[in-house]
Amino acid sequence: MKYIDEYRNKVIIDKILEEINKWSKQRIKLMEVCGGHTMSIQRFGIPSLLPQNIQLLSGPGCPVCVTDRSYIDHLIALCRLDNVMICTYGDLIKVPGSTSTLERERASGRNIKIVYSVLDALQFAGTHKDLKIVFAGIGFETTTPATASAILMANKENLSNFFVLSAHKVMPPAMSALIDEGVQIDGYISPGHVSTITGSGIYEPFPEKFNVGCVISGFEPVDLLQSILMLVIQKETGKAKVEIQYKRAVKPEGNLKAKAIINQVFEMRDDWWRGLGILPESGLGISSEFEKFDAEKQFKVEIEPTREDKGCICGEILKGLKNPKDCKLFNKVCSPYNPVGACMVSNEGACHAYYKYRRLEL
Amino acid sequence: MCLSVPAKVLEIDGELATVSLGGTTYKASIQLLENVNVGDYVLVHTGFAISKLEEEEALETLKLFDEYEEFNKMLDEEEEKFRKSDKADSE
Repeated sequence: MKYIDEYRNKVIIDKILEEINKWSKQRIKLMEVCGGHTMSIQRFGIPSLLPQNIQLLSGPGCPVCVTDRSYIDHLIALCRLDNVMICTYGDLIKVPGSTSTLERERASGRNIKIVYSVLDALQFAGTHKDLKIVFAGIGFETTTPATASAILMANKENLSNFFVLSAHKVMPPAMSALIDEGVQIDGYISPGHVSTITGSGIYEPFPEKFNVGCVISGFEPVDLLQSILMLVIQKETGKAKVEIQYKRAVKPEGNLKAKAIINQVFEMRDDWWRGLGILPESGLGISSEFEKFDAEKQFKVEIEPTREDKGCICGEILKGLKNPKDCKLFNKVCSPYNPVGACMVSNEGACHAYYKYRRLEL
Repeated sequence: MCLSVPAKVLEIDGELATVSLGGTTYKASIQLLENVNVGDYVLVHTGFAISKLEEEEALETLKLFDEYEEFNKMLDEEEEKFRKSDKADSE
């Protein structure tokens, strides 16, 4: 397939590896902050190709993994109301709430639909006027414009039975919080698809304030290795900066139209992240102008008290402080078939990726 | 969650496009992009095209390697020169 095969070319990969081996002398810790990168890195066996002085860490880049358990509890409370249908991306369906999951609720007869796009939820709202459709709006900057567009479309069509429960988040506050907490990172392999929307400007503070380089990377092996090489060169030459490796998709200014739509519909608010706690201005709530679509405001439900599982170390894994293999539940109590923590549920979570591709070497 | 795939635009009907993902066709909204034409490649994420892929920039990755090669050749030549001048000095 065009734009994929050429980025899996062995000859080019060998050349980049040669370059990496030539340049890399110091110890260097690089963190990826996108679940897609976590998955690609493990899938293509990238760590096994690198010299030992290059360490790769997984960060808080999987929106499902960082979302508060109380968000799942909120969706579960909503699905138990009469005439409510929950529409959600498949990623959320198995995520444990405090005492249940959406999957279990569906098995007991609640109306829960997996959708591929928010547009499907919108279509349901148009054709099922007797139902109240609540869309689980989750994701970083890549996904937020889709939700925002749907709200604008619902507004235009005057739909009164379409709602969004927003858990949308923005990436940079989590990236800063990790450094503030003292997690040692030399460079960020920065999220490629988030950056198609935001552009590269959001990363400028990292080299300036923290001397941490940021390279916006694509998702194929050539992309990832080239980004690692760029960060290694930055470290060896002592010049931390923002660079775009994924130039075929990311422009420095980002997607202006998408950014304008996000700003029109959402406003910043403080939000809770697994492992990091409450981070100021890190979440997106629906602005008061569009509050008639805001499920938080339009439904009064009682949400059960949040209960976390003991023994799960998802929080520390999301900060790059621990590895899935450090968790005593991993591949014993916790597996994709019976996930304890969100990092095992989402196929972009670090534990899931480890389970799928590396559990035999542990 | 942020998975997006490169897809070729086959047909455009207002804000909706029919796109081909390796031969399978889907409908994707192109309302987040400007100037999308049939034949363009776009990244599709949750039913929305979020970015247009630029052919010229795509080739850049591969072009960069010639540059690296040249850069390496230059470094090797420089090293060789130093080695020679060192040798000459010691003689």
